[in-house]
Amino acid sequence: MYQFSGKLKTFSLALILVGLVGIGYGFYSAPKTVEEAKEVIAQQASHGDSHATSHEEVSVDGHKEESHGENHASVDADHSDAHAEHVLHQLKNKPWSAIYVALFFFLGTTLLVLAFYAIQRVAQAGWSILLFRVMEAITANLVPTSIVMVIIVASAVMHWNHMFPWMAEGVFDPTSPNYDPIVDGKSWWINVPGWAIRSIAYLAIWNAYRWFIRKNSIKEDTANDGGKTYKLSYNASVGFIFLFMITETMMSWDWIMGLDPHWFSTLFGWYVLSSLLVSALTVIALVTIYLRSKGALPGVNDSHIHDLAKYMFGFSIFWTYLWFSQFMLIWYADIPEETTYFAMRFNEYNFPFLAMVVMNFVFPVLLLLNSDFKSVPWFIVIGGVAILFGHYIDIFVMVMPGTVGAQWAFGIPEISAILFFLGVFIYATFSSFAKAGSVPIGNPFLEESKHYHYYNIEHRGEGSGDHH
Amino acid sequence: MSHYEAPIREPLVLGDKSYHDITEDIAKPIEGVANKNWYIAFYISLAATLWGFGCIFYTIGTGIGVWGLNKNIGWAWDITNFVWWVGIGHAGTLISAVLLLFRQKWRMAINRSAEAMTIFAVFQAGLFPLIHMGRPWNGYWVLPMPNQFGSLWVNFNSPLLWDVFAISTYLSVSLVFWWTGLLPDFAMIRDRAVKPFQKKIYALLSFGWSGRAKDWQRFEEVSLVLAGLATPLVLSVHTIVSMDFATSINPGWHSTIFPPYFVAGAIFSGFAMVQTLLGIMRKVTNLEDYITRMHIEYMNIVIILTGGIVAVAYATEFFIAWYTGSPYENYTYLSVGAATGPYAWAFWSLIIFNIITPQLLWIKKFRRSFIITFIISIAINIGMWFERFDIIAIVLSKGHLPSTWWRFEPTFVDVGIFVGTIGFFFVLFLLYARTFPVIAQAEVKTILKSSGEFYKKRREQGIPTKPAINVANVAGTTDKSNKE
Repeated sequence: MYQFSGKLKTFSLALILVGLVGIGYGFYSAPKTVEEAKEVIAQQASHGDSHATSHEEVSVDGHKEESHGENHASVDADHSDAHAEHVLHQLKNKPWSAIYVALFFFLGTTLLVLAFYAIQRVAQAGWSILLFRVMEAITANLVPTSIVMVIIVASAVMHWNHMFPWMAEGVFDPTSPNYDPIVDGKSWWINVPGWAIRSIAYLAIWNAYRWFIRKNSIKEDTANDGGKTYKLSYNASVGFIFLFMITETMMSWDWIMGLDPHWFSTLFGWYVLSSLLVSALTVIALVTIYLRSKGALPGVNDSHIHDLAKYMFGFSIFWTYLWFSQFMLIWYADIPEETTYFAMRFNEYNFPFLAMVVMNFVFPVLLLLNSDFKSVPWFIVIGGVAILFGHYIDIFVMVMPGTVGAQWAFGIPEISAILFFLGVFIYATFSSFAKAGSVPIGNPFLEESKHYHYYNIEHRGEGSGDHH
Repeated sequence: MSHYEAPIREPLVLGDKSYHDITEDIAKPIEGVANKNWYIAFYISLAATLWGFGCIFYTIGTGIGVWGLNKNIGWAWDITNFVWWVGIGHAGTLISAVLLLFRQKWRMAINRSAEAMTIFAVFQAGLFPLIHMGRPWNGYWVLPMPNQFGSLWVNFNSPLLWDVFAISTYLSVSLVFWWTGLLPDFAMIRDRAVKPFQKKIYALLSFGWSGRAKDWQRFEEVSLVLAGLATPLVLSVHTIVSMDFATSINPGWHSTIFPPYFVAGAIFSGFAMVQTLLGIMRKVTNLEDYITRMHIEYMNIVIILTGGIVAVAYATEFFIAWYTGSPYENYTYLSVGAATGPYAWAFWSLIIFNIITPQLLWIKKFRRSFIITFIISIAINIGMWFERFDIIAIVLSKGHLPSTWWRFEPTFVDVGIFVGTIGFFFVLFLLYARTFPVIAQAEVKTILKSSGEFYKKRREQGIPTKPAINVANVAGTTDKSNKE
């Protein structure tokens, strides 16, 4: 059985601590008043920073800004105050958004590990059984991230931040200067109680399956009941995949698309899905490689690694396909109410927006096309790190323009949030992995997985003992 | 690949089959003579084909005005049928390429016929872009060829041009992929042929395949590379087809979900067509031991899955049409306006045939039943035709300007051409079933010992399936276990 080493435990706790300190600093350093925000604006202007001016241009043709309650037609004096208040909201949102991006990345990735695991069960895969305990361990991260998500939901509902523009005061009130008829037209879906209830429901459904399947999987080890437990897990997984398809789509509307409540895209749910799926496969591969190097995964050989790398490769292309489909169709038709979304990203997030395509597509394709490379651990680690960063940026570019607009930065709050959730992830994953046997000995396909050998793979890695 | 197989996996080849039995079973329809039923089916199909071609020549000779199109609805049955046929073709590539990448052994009994279906379906699809042109004789202008008009070029910004490249590439690659797989099987027919003419033909078709180790090694690698290429191809082809609509600014057409949703729909409808065809074929060619109840069930599971994806896409379209807040989105093919408007019958046909009926397949008894599978597969074929018709005709019937609102009524020529393509498809498929090995015998032979019923049973009972050879006695070296 695997032992969660004290060193790794200390490391993960240190990450959590450093992350918390950095997050605290982020909140502390965010401006509290309009005056402070004005100082920031003045500073940006004196730096010759183009943010402030280009931001103006965007807000003229990009009507998403209206949802924050500005009236751009107002006289100049008012306008500078309104602008300062707007910037203040964005600056106040910064530490929140930093947490939110990292949270969504880790929560979503963990969720997709769970979905991939369910798919492996339903597909009666023969190769991946030896990786089941790795996937189960990773999904342990679903509980802490869900708890943080509940806090974030509560914080939004309590108006502690301005991340969701449609939650601002007076948006649904026709007598208010903040009234937004477009959002008001969607109030049947976009409303605080509905949003909060749905959010909690998604989390409840996912966690319920995770709790059940983990319990049943351990039970399978000793069940010996003629496949009854196995069958139950199978049926639960079918049910989960059904619910997952629905909740994932709705979750992406509620949690991400709702950040830009004037914008819409039918593909969005699946686009988010593909981004999280690649990340999930990469995380499975990296954790597997780490655990195998520690000798904790007997029987896992280079062919298993090769398969994971193939998935990383294939779904990187799939992500690009969906990214391009969404982008190209909106670019091609150029309908103003949709194009603002990408105009904003091109003007203010140019570098991350384009860099992520390189990291998520060009890099993995070049690195992982060769069959031999797909079973070389350090190749996969390099490719995997690029993929994970690329998809973090993907989430970043999905979230930030709606919450902090041109005021974005990648600094202490953002890095700290990543470190915090990374620490949580490591702690949750490895302490969970240490709690059960690393081989699911009751699974009817276990022998296939032990004998698994992809035909043109030469096994060289450690821990590939018994593939003969 | 692993030689071990979990006992709980169902056998893929039924009965007590040897390698020779497989050869015999697959060669039988080719070496025998056609029966009366075949001729009846063939002549009916041929009659439909001739009627369809008559309608095509009538259209080209008289003008596109003989169709039911009008100045607002410029696309209706022509493009509906085009997308429908292309979609049907996609299951073939999915079965041969995607299922190969996912190492699904059950594909081996069905891939040959599925690919044949792809190719014949793409033939039908390919007719429509040509015949729906006002001046089809200028059709070659779509190709970027140097010419005497100052090298007048095509505009690469049009999805209709991308269609040209997509469909022609798709047909070529599918054809090569299919033919490569056929080489060992043609060689088998060639080697068995007793009539000199037949021997000559199959010798020609099999390209001198002699089945050496090196050939097999290359064969496998080529198959894998082609599968790796055909998978993005199959996704991109139907994506490009979907972009004929999605790049436009018509409400109901301009939707970013179209690329993956059309692909899912294509697999959904393609698998339904495979079920329709194989449901009959396994019976009339006596290949029930190879295309088993389990194959039918697995295909039904794929149908549930892709049908589910399509259903989520419908729900998304319906939801986002409302969510946009745009009044124009209120008469898209999946909107409240469509559900209650003059095309409500088309809307509800889509919902009933595509979403509701396939849900019966959740019941295990139904998805293992040949007759229910057959009925549902027909329902899906109809439903998916309606999906394309709804997307095209309903959306065009109520555009941005109320003064352009119009209805579409097909003429007998519209219907005649569609019937003609169905006939032509069956003519090709019937001829194929009599002259081609409809199951990839070379592939099925690779799984006989791991997944054949006879061998699986023996393994379960602990009876060795091959004689134990004492290596020490043969080679004079140290004794090694001969067990797997």
